[in-house]
Amino acid sequence: MSILIYADSSNGKLTKNAFEAANYGAQLAQQTGSSATALVTGTVSGIEELGKYGISKVLHASDATLDSFDPQKITHVIAEAAKSIGADTIIFSHDYSGKSVAPRLAAKLDAGLVSGAIALPNTDGGFVVKKAVFSGKAFAFVEVNSATKIVSVLPNSIEKKIGEGSAAIEAFAVEIPTTNLKVKEVRKESTELSLTEADIVVSAGRGLKGPENWGMIEELAHELGAATACSRPVADIGWRPHHEHVGQTGFAIRPNLYIAIGISGAIQHLAGVNGSKVIVVINTDAEAPFFKAADYGIVGDAFEVVPKLIEAVKKLKAQQ
Amino acid sequence: MKILVCISKAPDTTAKIAFTDGNTKFDENGVQFIVNPYDEWYALVRGLELKEANGGTVTVLNVGGAENDPIIRKALAIGADDAVRIDAAATDALSVAKQISNYAKDKGFDLIFLGKETIDYNGSQVGGMVAELMNLPYVSLATKIDVSGDVATVERDIEGGVEVVEVTGALVLSAAKGMAEARIPNMRGIMAARTKPLAVEAGTDVTAVTSIKNFELPPAKSACKLVAADNVEELVSLLHNEAKAI
Ligand SMILES: Cc1cc2nc3c(=O)[nH]c(=O)nc-3n(C[C@H](O)[C@H](O)[C@H](O)COP(=O)(O)OP(=O)(O)OC[C@H]3O[C@@H](n4cnc5c(N)ncnc54)[C@H](O)[C@@H]3O)c2cc1C
Repeated sequence: MSILIYADSSNGKLTKNAFEAANYGAQLAQQTGSSATALVTGTVSGIEELGKYGISKVLHASDATLDSFDPQKITHVIAEAAKSIGADTIIFSHDYSGKSVAPRLAAKLDAGLVSGAIALPNTDGGFVVKKAVFSGKAFAFVEVNSATKIVSVLPNSIEKKIGEGSAAIEAFAVEIPTTNLKVKEVRKESTELSLTEADIVVSAGRGLKGPENWGMIEELAHELGAATACSRPVADIGWRPHHEHVGQTGFAIRPNLYIAIGISGAIQHLAGVNGSKVIVVINTDAEAPFFKAADYGIVGDAFEVVPKLIEAVKKLKAQQ
Repeated sequence: MKILVCISKAPDTTAKIAFTDGNTKFDENGVQFIVNPYDEWYALVRGLELKEANGGTVTVLNVGGAENDPIIRKALAIGADDAVRIDAAATDALSVAKQISNYAKDKGFDLIFLGKETIDYNGSQVGGMVAELMNLPYVSLATKIDVSGDVATVERDIEGGVEVVEVTGALVLSAAKGMAEARIPNMRGIMAARTKPLAVEAGTDVTAVTSIKNFELPPAKSACKLVAADNVEELVSLLHNEAKAI
């Protein structure tokens, strides 16, 4: 068995998800007694960092035409890299890049793909991967029967094992096909923390009564170093931007801490946040369904509780 | 403009999730099935808007048995012109993608739309696979598409932002929130849907490469620890010392 990990980059640096995927591949290599090689595409610095995540060898296809993300080109490069090292298992992150490339590669290699894996494959006489299904309401154990196997790892779901070491980088030359797609522009949403990568998320719903009341939510998020999110109706009526909408039909997130303020906890909302490690609910209604999914709760008025919470967090931070 | 919208069937968002046969099969007992929301709300409606603006046709396609006809009729009621059901079991993503591409490859579709993922298996796989099998560009999790001549300008979600791409010629796209506003079928649409063409085509011989061995329900959550509203510092201390979350 030989494992290839696609390590994605953004603005010339490897992403957090890339390191996580690399570490997943390295742990799988250790489990099966095989080797883990990473592939990096485009102009990227700091590649040797992958060594700390258990990768000893990196193939670097540094052709600048790969700086903009064209899934068709990247798929081709990964397939060539897989061929050159005889990889039979290919690992991605189940992030935006992984979602656009892993399925293409699966079709190209006639390989089974498990997307959104939340644990290492069980390789005891087969290849079975656990993933969340029904929007987090259940788990499935998916068996891959093809010769080549592809797994994409759900961000923030694997215990990382970080060590020492620096990865050896090998240039990987490959011919790049032309396609009908051109990247025209990349717009980053300011410097705000990306919702899907944030460790802490502060989220609010219709209980806040109106968009003018979000100041305290943003302040609490700021104090905690958290990203902000909201329920669907709040995004639909335009109180908050669509990219904050979490739930079954919005973003699915799995932060360490999710604080839900004035959100009832409808099943569709829970579906997008039930992977959070710790859930805190603040709601005036003791019967709100969200309390059943919460670890900690306060039955109380957000307009009284949240300002106090901000003060208490400030106090804790002052003590540290 | 010839537009193909691939739709899949999904359990209603409030459906009770349970399993039978030693946790190997989803228990469909009492479950209402709907058109997968991303396919209906975003892919189909944006397809209809583009047709209304530029002329052309919208065909919906589903891979599955006759039990899927009601959800196909729903898509026709919302406004698709005609429908195709590939009469084959939807065993895994790659086999569904092969059924779709085998059907679509010589039909000259300009745009092939799907939803960003299904709400049952949450794979986000079929669109990219269809694109590769048909050797077409694929724009995943797209939130906007405008077409002018044979050039489409598409926005897609990326980590912490948006990417704008331009595609010349045919493309495959998976639709995410922002693409369009859901439409509710009206009486006239529902009546018209009864007589719109729904062709049933035999599937091609494809093999699945993945299979679900079994399911598991998440462990029951332990009871919520309630903190009094006038004792917010206690909550912060629990989050810091007990949960180690802040
Ligand atoms: C197909 C489908 C898909 C859906 N997808 C999603 C999705 O992805 N995400 C999503 O969020 N929803 C989704 N929904 C909608 C979902 O069913 C709920 O309607 C929605 O989540 C409710 O939002 P809310 O909790 O903000 O509002 P409400 O249900 O109105 O709840 C407001 C809550 O605030 C509390 N409250 C009021 N005043 C205060 C106060 N002063 N202080 C503290 N608490 C207060 C109330 O007690 C109440 O619990 C979907 C629905 C359908 C049918």
